[in-house]
Amino acid sequence: MTLLDMVLHAPLLGFLALLFVPKASARMIALVISLVIFAMSLGLLAPFMGGATPNGLAFERNDVWISYPPIHYHVGLDGLSLWLVILATFLTPLAILCSWKYIEHRQKEFYAFLILLEFGLIGVFVSFDLFLFYVFWEVSLVPMYFLVGIWGHERRIYAAVKFFLYTMAGSVLMLAAIIYLYNKSGSFDYTEILSQLHSGKLSFDPHTQLVLFLAFFIAFAIKVPLFPLHTWLPDAHVEAPTAGSIMLASVMLKMGTYGLLRYCVILFPDAAHSSAPWIAGLAIAGIVYGALVAMVQPNMKKLVAYSSVSHLGFVVLGIFSFTQAGLDGAVYQMLNHGISTGALFMLVGFLYERRHSLEIAAYGGVATPAPNLAAVFLITTLASIGLPTLNNFIGEYLILQGASQAHFIWAVFASLGVILSACYMLWMYQRAFYGKASESVSHHIFDLTPREWLAISPLLVLMVWMGIFTQSFLPPISAQNALILRDVNQTQSRAVAAEVKP
Amino acid sequence: MTAFLPTSSEYIRILPEIILTLVGVLIMFLEAVTTEDQKSIFAPITVVGLAGALIGTFAAFGNPGPAFQGMLMVDGFATFFRVLVIGVGLLAVLSSSGYLRQENHRGGEFYALLLFSLVGQSIMASANELIMIFVGLEISSIASYILAGYLRDDARNNESALKYFLLGSFATAFLLYGVAWIYGTTGSTNLTQIRLVLLNGAEPVALAGIAAALIFVGLAFKVSAAPFQAWAPDVYQGAPAPVSAFLSVGPKAAAFAILLRVFMTAFGPISSSWIPMVWGVALATMTVGNFAAILQSNIKRLLAYSSIAHAGYVLVAVAANSGAGSAAVMFYMAAYAFTNIGAFAVVTYFARKGEKYVAVDDFNGLSQRNPAMAAMLSIFLFSLIGVPLTGGFFGKFYIFKAALDSNLIWLTVLGLLNSAVAAYYYLRILVVMYFKEPGESSENLPPAGAALQIAVYGSAIGTLVLGIFPSWVLDFVVKAGLK
Repeated sequence: MTLLDMVLHAPLLGFLALLFVPKASARMIALVISLVIFAMSLGLLAPFMGGATPNGLAFERNDVWISYPPIHYHVGLDGLSLWLVILATFLTPLAILCSWKYIEHRQKEFYAFLILLEFGLIGVFVSFDLFLFYVFWEVSLVPMYFLVGIWGHERRIYAAVKFFLYTMAGSVLMLAAIIYLYNKSGSFDYTEILSQLHSGKLSFDPHTQLVLFLAFFIAFAIKVPLFPLHTWLPDAHVEAPTAGSIMLASVMLKMGTYGLLRYCVILFPDAAHSSAPWIAGLAIAGIVYGALVAMVQPNMKKLVAYSSVSHLGFVVLGIFSFTQAGLDGAVYQMLNHGISTGALFMLVGFLYERRHSLEIAAYGGVATPAPNLAAVFLITTLASIGLPTLNNFIGEYLILQGASQAHFIWAVFASLGVILSACYMLWMYQRAFYGKASESVSHHIFDLTPREWLAISPLLVLMVWMGIFTQSFLPPISAQNALILRDVNQTQSRAVAAEVKP
Repeated sequence: MTAFLPTSSEYIRILPEIILTLVGVLIMFLEAVTTEDQKSIFAPITVVGLAGALIGTFAAFGNPGPAFQGMLMVDGFATFFRVLVIGVGLLAVLSSSGYLRQENHRGGEFYALLLFSLVGQSIMASANELIMIFVGLEISSIASYILAGYLRDDARNNESALKYFLLGSFATAFLLYGVAWIYGTTGSTNLTQIRLVLLNGAEPVALAGIAAALIFVGLAFKVSAAPFQAWAPDVYQGAPAPVSAFLSVGPKAAAFAILLRVFMTAFGPISSSWIPMVWGVALATMTVGNFAAILQSNIKRLLAYSSIAHAGYVLVAVAANSGAGSAAVMFYMAAYAFTNIGAFAVVTYFARKGEKYVAVDDFNGLSQRNPAMAAMLSIFLFSLIGVPLTGGFFGKFYIFKAALDSNLIWLTVLGLLNSAVAAYYYLRILVVMYFKEPGESSENLPPAGAALQIAVYGSAIGTLVLGIFPSWVLDFVVKAGLK
């Protein structure tokens, strides 16, 4: 039993335990469970400390789950998954804290589903068996479906069903591709398939590779979500309860970008290279489109949701730049987006709890009755638009640098997104927080409570920390990305050489 | 002619059928001599009889081989399906005893008919000869026709039984015509013999192909494959809910056993002529079932269309025509049996007396009235969707894996997309149970009876075990599957 096993299984046990605890104490128990899991997950950092890069996977465990076809419980941790796991364990207690008052009915089930979601999310990031990965991928879908459907707003049912069906439709194609890979390689094991690919034992003609690449790509692109497959996201976000929005935006969307990097790019480098211009085009379209649509949203949550479409376009662009800076930026930006968008959704949730409206027009002058809330919101807004010394700046900068190394024109168009994000975020901030407080605003709005401070301050600390001390986070990521790029470019050059030879 | 008289080990090989028949006859006798108050003894007797039949099945498996001049073949394949149909019978008894009491129809004949139907299905599972197949099919079907109309004062029950009877007889006629045709062509009704004749290639393939098509039509009726699926929604909707549960699994599993045995053994040599036919029917069945289910507002009817769609998935594995395909069919039928019986059992419970509440909207907010039962139904629905960690997922996975092994790439892709479409209508039931507020229909929900609870929880455990430890069953079916 490694520490990673414990971190992975603790949420499942927590979920089962929550089903049997008395209703009144459910949220307290859920909080304690999630904090314990978070504390344990910090221990996962040990092998990566001090610039050390473990050889292979840390905390690796490879046991037979099903003997035939050979499906293994193969889990491990590398520089790519490390921070995403910690992001999931870190945000779960915060999501519980900010639901403390917000969730009034059926509390027990709510917290149980939240913890079950954590189980699925951690599992996705640590699986090194394609089949196991698929299992977790689908398992994470179920709790989110219930979180949106039961505790969401008016159109929650539509949003929950749309969310489920979109993801399901994408992932069945991925399943077909996984089975096809197994039939060719005789294994579901990620490292085994990879070594077969590298040794040339397993190879696909360009056409097959492209089809397989696309089957994975569509599943991940829906999850990211990449323009034009993003339409489920605004619905899901607007309707989800605060905690659901936080987990969805901060961690769940990263399943898509993580999958792009871990599976699409690494397993099918040639197809990834050849389709990179198209994907970068979609990413840039998403960056600009998301920003433009965000600008005209009257609903705060929808605005933040569209800003996510824009921000995740950056991540995809970074991945498909195939440069060290681009990849580093992409992974770093996954974390940044998790922190700052999570914080934005939390703050919007705080406002909603006070005023029971998500319309920007229902606010105005909030800074007067709630100066602290306004200050915190401002810091988060600035982080989100990429102000230097705050976290997003680093990620966006690295991505733009990587993109410009690949094709300068990509960086030019993508930077439009940075400018636009300043417009829509600051404009929203101005309309909601400045001006004269109306009667209803000053009547309903009060400043942050201690519990809310507790929930938001870890995020604020991280925004600054990640913006200044990048060295605390980047080394394991960079080391992993260097390995990825080495492999990907190697196979690429081999493919080019093979083409030149005859 | 060697040994004309059957040996004792041949009798052991039909022990389950003997036990089932004897218990069924015993119940018929007891029915005549019991008073109204004593009617509660039939369910326990049936359970004991089924347990005996299970033991008999294992005894038969301890001594495998052909019986009665090769009419029956007791092997791993037959044993698997025997255990499956008897298990289905067990779950059906548990979920119907409370129902019959509630409808004031506690006659012994229900259990006797159920047992006779199982005799037929058990024979179908082990038959290796076309006449035997026909006999098994008829025993099973005739008992099922009566079961479908069991509540004889109920108009819908009558309609259901009549439809089932007319269309079912029609289908059997096709089958019989096919049997006659193949006998005329090859001079034998024994599957192994037919295979040998066809392997020689002396007979015109076209004639054998026609026979295969006729037999396929007959069996396609029984498994409710398109375009012969029209009876299923009406029958399942009209029949008593526990009977629908039974009909949607037991006879279907037995018919698939025959389908595999006839087509992989007897018609194996001419597979290139029937695979395209199965391919088309599989696709049509999945598509018709799923898209029609989307439009349903009655849960029993919805589950009926869903069971049509699932027959389509299984046909994908039949089209694979391989050892992996046959193993996939076996695993899928096991997973599907637990799932569907469980789902129908919960529906039986929520529908209450006179099956008053069977519209999808009647399930509004039931998760707040009986969280445990709603959670169980969710497990079954997730299994029907094919979400991992349930048996339904692995069933689908093995089917599509077998199909890809046999290079049926398009059928796989279309089948998987179909299963994404299917998620929509299963989710509708989850939506009403969990996301809607309880309405008038959820008032006065009585507690679930003990037997029904055993059936529901047992099915849920089965569904989850097949989803988490599939090797337990899979290792067996891979060995036992037809090659």
